[in-house]
Amino acid sequence: MSDIELWIALILALMMLSSAVLTLLVKNHLAAVAAASVVSLGLALLFALMRAPDVAMTEAAVGAGLSSLILALALRRLGLWQIEGDTKKRNMLKVSTKGDGDA
Amino acid sequence: MIPGVTLELILYVTALGLVIIGLAGVVLSSHLFRMVLALVIAEAGANLMLVLSGYRWDAVAPILLQRAEQPAMVDPVPQAMVLTAIVIGVGIQALAVSLLIRIRQRYTTLKRREVAEKMDAEIAASAGIRRDISQDAPLGERPLKPVPIHTAQSPGGDA
Amino acid sequence: MRNLTGLLFAGGLGFMLLAIASGIDFGNPPMRVGEAIQAAAPQEVGAANIVTSVVLGYRGIDTLGELAILFAAASAAGLVLGRRHTTNGTQTKGGFVLFHGGALVFPFLLTIGFYIIFHGHLTPGGGFQGGVILAAAFFLPLLARPGARLHHSVLSIIEAFAGACFILIGLAALAEGQAFLQPMLNQDTLGALISAGTLPLLYIAVGLKVGAELASLLSHLAQTESEQ
Repeated sequence: MSDIELWIALILALMMLSSAVLTLLVKNHLAAVAAASVVSLGLALLFALMRAPDVAMTEAAVGAGLSSLILALALRRLGLWQIEGDTKKRNMLKVSTKGDGDA
Repeated sequence: MIPGVTLELILYVTALGLVIIGLAGVVLSSHLFRMVLALVIAEAGANLMLVLSGYRWDAVAPILLQRAEQPAMVDPVPQAMVLTAIVIGVGIQALAVSLLIRIRQRYTTLKRREVAEKMDAEIAASAGIRRDISQDAPLGERPLKPVPIHTAQSPGGDA
Repeated sequence: MRNLTGLLFAGGLGFMLLAIASGIDFGNPPMRVGEAIQAAAPQEVGAANIVTSVVLGYRGIDTLGELAILFAAASAAGLVLGRRHTTNGTQTKGGFVLFHGGALVFPFLLTIGFYIIFHGHLTPGGGFQGGVILAAAFFLPLLARPGARLHHSVLSIIEAFAGACFILIGLAALAEGQAFLQPMLNQDTLGALISAGTLPLLYIAVGLKVGAELASLLSHLAQTESEQ
């Protein structure tokens, strides 16, 4: 029985870590907010796996729900809400030297 | 499974990885909004580590059942702390986001380098310093007037 | 160059955290306080959910501090955002699904929110989770109709009243000669809806306060046109 838990935890951990790295690397800001909410979703499932149902419910309601809502509303108000991203992905970590319509 | 890999090890590595990715993201990102997202990730990792510290590997959730003999339970105290921490975290995210909105209104950009340059220019302008010359340069309008050379009674010799 | 120092910083931080946390015996915590609480909570507090008895009973002052921090953050966010701009019709009205789905889902969200708040001492849940669901329930019709406004005065009255109730219940324990926020009122049978003394009342106050606060914060954030 605990073997299944190990596999579930491993899959969730890989999903969370890759989404966390993608949050910093994608160019589209809406995709970054979506990746951060995937991290919160994986965290809520991990909390449920660790026998902490109170914390899992709080994280699911607050992290995957309210936090993503606050960040998405802020995106709309900051003017960064673009559904169609650019065709070529650029690394967001490096400082861009040429100007683009991103601010 | 590979021997030695337990549930706690996987979760511990995940929590550590999330904290490191979050803090590295704050240091390395060039856009202020990504910094807020990186802080969200680091906070998720810290909460995970807190709940992990109270996990017992053969215990049940801390809800009392309707029978006389209660099985072993996980530690409820870190869970209470994490409950508080998650709600406080979302409050801080809301505050950070409203500060971003004000920065955008003031400087019309959200890239870290441009905001830093504009803030430096504003501080220099309000303090009356010219940014394009060094701070140790002499005061006065350019080109400077020539300094008169003392002709007689100059103090003897050079030091 | 800056990327290299940033990665070095991340690596050093990882090494330091690894060195600090490798001494913790994950999977077999000593749990001295935890075991004492588990042994004493059913008789002293009487709530079936031990985390509730910890949050509201044994560490009630922490919950009061959390309410204070949430209030400060929401007020500061509202203050920083400034006056609400009037929407001049540039926002598109929500589509058919959002409009009618929001109206349909609203009573269910209210029911689930209040259910989670009322049963916080029996099953996993409580004031914070239910409060967040209530805030989402009141914010959802605002997304569908961009011109509508929430009644901010009613929300702040609810929030202030609920916060004052929390403190007054705690002070009532002081008036009886016990500690501040000590659970009082007789505890009935474990597992019944009316049990665990003042704990459900405290959670109702917390749920209403958190819900009203977050709903007004969300409507502050949403109520301008987007900057282009």
